[in-house]
Amino acid sequence: MDMMEKLEILTASAKYDVACTSSGSDRKNQAGGLGNAVSMGICHSFAADGRCISLLKVLMTNGCIYDCAYCVNRKSNQTRRAALSPEELADLTMQFYRRNYIEGLFLSSGIMRSPDYTTEQMIAALELLRNTYHFRGYIHVKAIPGADDVLLSRLGLLADRMSVNIELPSQQSLGLLAPDKSKNSILKPMSLIKEKINENRSDLVKYNHAPRFAPAGQSTQMIVGATPDTDFRILTLTEGLYRKYGLKRVFFSAYTPVVEHSLLPALDTKPPLLREHRLYQADWLLRFYGFQAGELLDEAAPNFNPLLDPKCSWAVNHREQFPVEINRAAYEQLLRVPGIGVRSAQRIVKARRAGALDFTALKKLGVVLKRAQFFITCKGRMLEGLKVSEHTLLRSLMSGQELAAIEPPQYEQLTLFSDSDLAALPAAGAAAHKGGDWP
Amino acid sequence: MFKPAALAYTYDGSFEGLLCCVFESYQWKETPLAIHSDGEEQGLLLESKWIATDSSRAGRVLKSLPLRICPEAEELVRLGFWSCTPDKELLLLNFLYLGFTHGRKVMNMLADDTVNTLHKAVQQLRREAHLYLGFVRFSVYGPVMAAVIEPKGFVLPVIQDHFCDRFYGESFMIYDKTHRMALIHQPGQQAIIPLEEWIPPEPDAAEEEYRRLWKGFYNAIGIRERRNDRLRSSLMPKRYWKHLTEMKGSTTAVSGGKPTGSSKMLEEGAPRLGDGEVFNSQ
Ligand code: SF4
Repeated sequence: MDMMEKLEILTASAKYDVACTSSGSDRKNQAGGLGNAVSMGICHSFAADGRCISLLKVLMTNGCIYDCAYCVNRKSNQTRRAALSPEELADLTMQFYRRNYIEGLFLSSGIMRSPDYTTEQMIAALELLRNTYHFRGYIHVKAIPGADDVLLSRLGLLADRMSVNIELPSQQSLGLLAPDKSKNSILKPMSLIKEKINENRSDLVKYNHAPRFAPAGQSTQMIVGATPDTDFRILTLTEGLYRKYGLKRVFFSAYTPVVEHSLLPALDTKPPLLREHRLYQADWLLRFYGFQAGELLDEAAPNFNPLLDPKCSWAVNHREQFPVEINRAAYEQLLRVPGIGVRSAQRIVKARRAGALDFTALKKLGVVLKRAQFFITCKGRMLEGLKVSEHTLLRSLMSGQELAAIEPPQYEQLTLFSDSDLAALPAAGAAAHKGGDWP
Repeated sequence: MFKPAALAYTYDGSFEGLLCCVFESYQWKETPLAIHSDGEEQGLLLESKWIATDSSRAGRVLKSLPLRICPEAEELVRLGFWSCTPDKELLLLNFLYLGFTHGRKVMNMLADDTVNTLHKAVQQLRREAHLYLGFVRFSVYGPVMAAVIEPKGFVLPVIQDHFCDRFYGESFMIYDKTHRMALIHQPGQQAIIPLEEWIPPEPDAAEEEYRRLWKGFYNAIGIRERRNDRLRSSLMPKRYWKHLTEMKGSTTAVSGGKPTGSSKMLEEGAPRLGDGEVFNSQ
């Protein structure tokens, strides 16, 4: 099999892993080395689906001894298999990196022979890159559940970021669809990585040159829409993972049907992109806006509203907290205003030191008033001429424009919603089944 | 701001030259109606005054920036000068009037039109420079590597450190076709120099092969069921495609209509919150 064919097969089977970020590591080059790492992350291209391409994302092999139902690489799937040797992988990474195609490598693999053997192969490839080619770019590596602690620790010293995929948001789902994996086999490497990162941090305080263990931290991914788990369940789990395992990122992957299976959505089901998008929005609210999962959803309304983004939904349900006065409100309060994001809030706080702000000034600062106008006052006044009927409010809050770019077909549907649909807002989406008991 | 004088300044187009225009304006307490760089199309109606570049005058203006405004002001002015905003010279002159009047406070006066326009111009330059950290595509010609870019703003000085560190041991050139300038780097040496023209040599077999593999990777990584041309071209505007290896010879038609999304950078997983902004990263 020639290189092109291998690369195509191993890329196509890695593409459902959504993480492609190269952020979180800052590392200069040094004499004899090639590359560096930039903490803000760099996108090198954008794929036809609009996703950022930052890393050479491939599997070492798409052959696998396991049989996870939702996965294209599972043992029982009739598909072409390929494998890259550590040498081929290292060469490809170096050649792509020199041409500035990529920030580095995202290496994952199907399980060949055993988790330990697979991990050894991955270590061989990364050692070649780091020690022989002196590659100083970014490496994200997948920890293989079930591999020996010692091997995982070695892997972590070669990589910037490690991840173990949670895959399914509840234990029941996992039991049904990934019979070879258990909650424990996934959480164990996760806590090992967390421990190693913490240990490393105190080593670094003691010895400046201690080798760094996954300096960009760890992340995980969950598949959304393959199982009946609700958004509330997923978001609570996400929050728990951030707290308990100190994760840098939780990624969501809208399930794209790849196989016929009685427990999975039919093959012609579209990936739930809007739902994935809502979860990312909520995730952002948890990480940067000071929200908690329980504020955004609850057992009674366990799913996000398709028409309103999570922050608008929250604001509409908490009208007693508005309007806030732009010239006095605390930064945290500003962040909770629909339409005001981190950057706008920072700008407001900075600019109001130079003088009281009015609506014209806000516009100049780049604050988008379309949504914010309903929730703020400037110098004690609402925007002049603003009509605040329930109807205009909800219309302005609906996220058509933003979504158009994310998911064009959905946008077309949104414009068709009638006033009676609007009247039903903001009651959130229908309740779904309950999930199990993750951490 | 001084009394408007019914004339235009013409200078040599260099940063030092612009600083001399500032000097001139203060010396004669006059504000020109326009500032043109040499060779640029000029309004015929205005009398024009040639401002010679004089390093000692330029030096005096430059030194006063950190002293009388603040150190960040110097950077802002330099970046503003590299931006592609129309009439950037007059904008910078107006900014300096404000700066010399209000001092450090000018940096926060975001609601002022001049300060605001300058900030936006600089932001745009920074954004474009950030995109180019990813969008530069080198070709390897034996021991050297070269890339061509066509940026709107003059991004080379902004991306210089990044590439010189990353490819520390390499000899490379990044040619800016718009501004006819090149960043040239060899281990231990680097410079940005004028270069009228540069035509890339034919790639050798190895170079061809890696380009082909990269295109293969690019095509395989997209998920068909999630295809979204509009999103792609809002994040990677088509004007960049010409020099992107993976997009060359691309026959992919982009479905009609202008992208409605913002053209800001979007790292994987960064959602639009409807807050009128998008995040770069964490
Ligand atoms: S172990 Fe990983 S590669 Fe193998 S079938 Fe399960 S999800 Fe797929």
